[in-house]
Amino acid sequence: MSETVLRVDDLTMHYTTRAGEVSAVNNVSFSLQRGQSMGLVGESGCGKTSVAFSLMKLLPDNAHIKQGHIYLNGTDVVSLREEDMRKLRWSKISMVFQAAMNALNPVYKVGDQILEAMETHGLVETLQSAREHIASLFELVGLDPKLMDQYPHEYSGGMRQRAVIAMALSCNPDIIIADEPTTALDVIVQDALLREMIELQKKLNMSMIYISHDIAVIAEVTERIGVMYAGRMAEFGSAVEIFKHPLHPYTFGLMSSFPSIVGEKRELVSLPGEPPDLINPPSGCRFHPRCPYATEICSQQDPEFKDLGGDHYVACWHPLEAN
Amino acid sequence: MCADEVVREPLVQVEGLRKLFPLTSGLFARSSDYIHAVDGINFSIRDGESLALVGESGSGKTTTGKLLVRLLDPTSGSIRMRIDGYERDIAKLRGAELKGYRRHVQMIFQDPYESLNPRRTVYDTIAEPLVVQGIGDIAEREQLVAHYLELVGLAPPDTFMFRFPHELSGGQRQRVAIARALVVVPSFVVADEPTSMLDVSIRTGIMHLMQNLADQMGVTYLYITHDLAVARYMSNNLAVMYLGKIVEQAETEEVLAKPLHPYTKALLSAVPVPDPEFKRSIPDIKGSIAKPINPPPRCRFFDRCPLAEKVCEENDHPPLEDKGGGHYVACYLV
Repeated sequence: MSETVLRVDDLTMHYTTRAGEVSAVNNVSFSLQRGQSMGLVGESGCGKTSVAFSLMKLLPDNAHIKQGHIYLNGTDVVSLREEDMRKLRWSKISMVFQAAMNALNPVYKVGDQILEAMETHGLVETLQSAREHIASLFELVGLDPKLMDQYPHEYSGGMRQRAVIAMALSCNPDIIIADEPTTALDVIVQDALLREMIELQKKLNMSMIYISHDIAVIAEVTERIGVMYAGRMAEFGSAVEIFKHPLHPYTFGLMSSFPSIVGEKRELVSLPGEPPDLINPPSGCRFHPRCPYATEICSQQDPEFKDLGGDHYVACWHPLEAN
Repeated sequence: MCADEVVREPLVQVEGLRKLFPLTSGLFARSSDYIHAVDGINFSIRDGESLALVGESGSGKTTTGKLLVRLLDPTSGSIRMRIDGYERDIAKLRGAELKGYRRHVQMIFQDPYESLNPRRTVYDTIAEPLVVQGIGDIAEREQLVAHYLELVGLAPPDTFMFRFPHELSGGQRQRVAIARALVVVPSFVVADEPTSMLDVSIRTGIMHLMQNLADQMGVTYLYITHDLAVARYMSNNLAVMYLGKIVEQAETEEVLAKPLHPYTKALLSAVPVPDPEFKRSIPDIKGSIAKPINPPPRCRFFDRCPLAEKVCEENDHPPLEDKGGGHYVACYLV
């Protein structure tokens, strides 16, 4: 049977800034099974990366988890002290950061950086065995093991991204979060990398959380998708359901505005307006000022995030008919 | 799209356009190594029929765009453009003539956070081309700026005119950049990835805006992008670049439906499709893109081509030939 490796329950996280409180993540809930891949999509500032940093508990000083729970293999990490969290980070949950160039230290050899991560978690018995482990990781992600004694600047963009994935794998985590893992790459390199990530995930029976603004990438690599808007989870369900029968008007708008090179050339529809300022979010449903179906209740009350059947969740007063 | 009935005249004709960048290793070293960023390309763009230039980073598409607006000087080749009914070779323009040319040709850049001067107001930014070109007096310029702000959807203009870039969102900044490019009523605009920094819901709005304005004002675009799906919506014709060469060119829908060059095929099959049930084929391509430093005289795609044969290695890069119906391909094996 499936085993829940991650459950996020009603998570709310705010940033305190000079301009005021930014409600970056608001009442977000979802869960992830072992071996499953899920995607978080949304536009810049929708809170998808803030959710990821909350899961890793790598938050800046001005961020506060206001409420909610994050259960990692049953342990609530929200209340965990930093020294205990440090043991879980990388060994239970690890992350592939958006800019691989910045995630690697330019003055250390790539292999040594991975070694350091393993050492921190007491996974190094002998140097020889550790180097063998790193060599096998390099092979796993499609890099020549000889490259471990080279510096990041000697790598191409795609190779760096692979090295960062090898690093994320080094402590055998249950979950890997990949934040825009291919955004800076050309399509042919992106394609190769995504195929390898899918294969790795299946081979190692890992759980993956992909974060991207590119719904085409998310459609291809994930089984379940969460669509975020202005700090809220607008819709959550299986990838096929989200794409074929979107329930939230925002999801529908996102789909209709996304071009594709396959199939008939259909008219692209643009959503009016722009995402809101999260210091002063709109009342009620945060999407209501841009929503074509908005009524009075939408501007007054925040809709509940609930299952409309078939494990398909939506937060909307007027969900689109599943047809 | 109604090109079949009306025979349109070419607005821009590019022939043998080359741009080499020297690689120097030391202060006094004479360079013998060159990056062949754009290496002898030919194409023409007819009035009102936008051309999309697609390719991976390092393919030379941005360099081509900069050559066409003369932000870079070509190493050799000609760029002939019809201006007020007369044909001029842009590649040779200098001084005042070059300045006059900029009234007809403008550029929209990729990053609206970098392309607008943070210390100048929206009004200053949009009015600058008018000042440079000596168009109108202050009152007329103000009217023109207001008019163009409204055209690009920043209405009412009074509320935007005296804002600074930091007071605008990314989409609004790109609208200002579009207004700045169009305010001199150019006939030709080079748009270099104008939507790649924008979010999906904003991007479509900018794409629509650019198309509507092109129709209204009779602007023809050279649309540079790495995103084939965006190119599909922004162009009539599509040219695929690889290491400084155009390897395939035809009507956009034709290229997408029937790609002929092995590189175009690989590129198209690598584009993710927003449909979880769609299964793409694995792109048939080897290795990764190299830098075009002193490329050997053979097909540029030789090292990565799944079909490569002796003929591809023994001969220079194949010429771009019409394989029927205006579908141009540079490949010995097609």
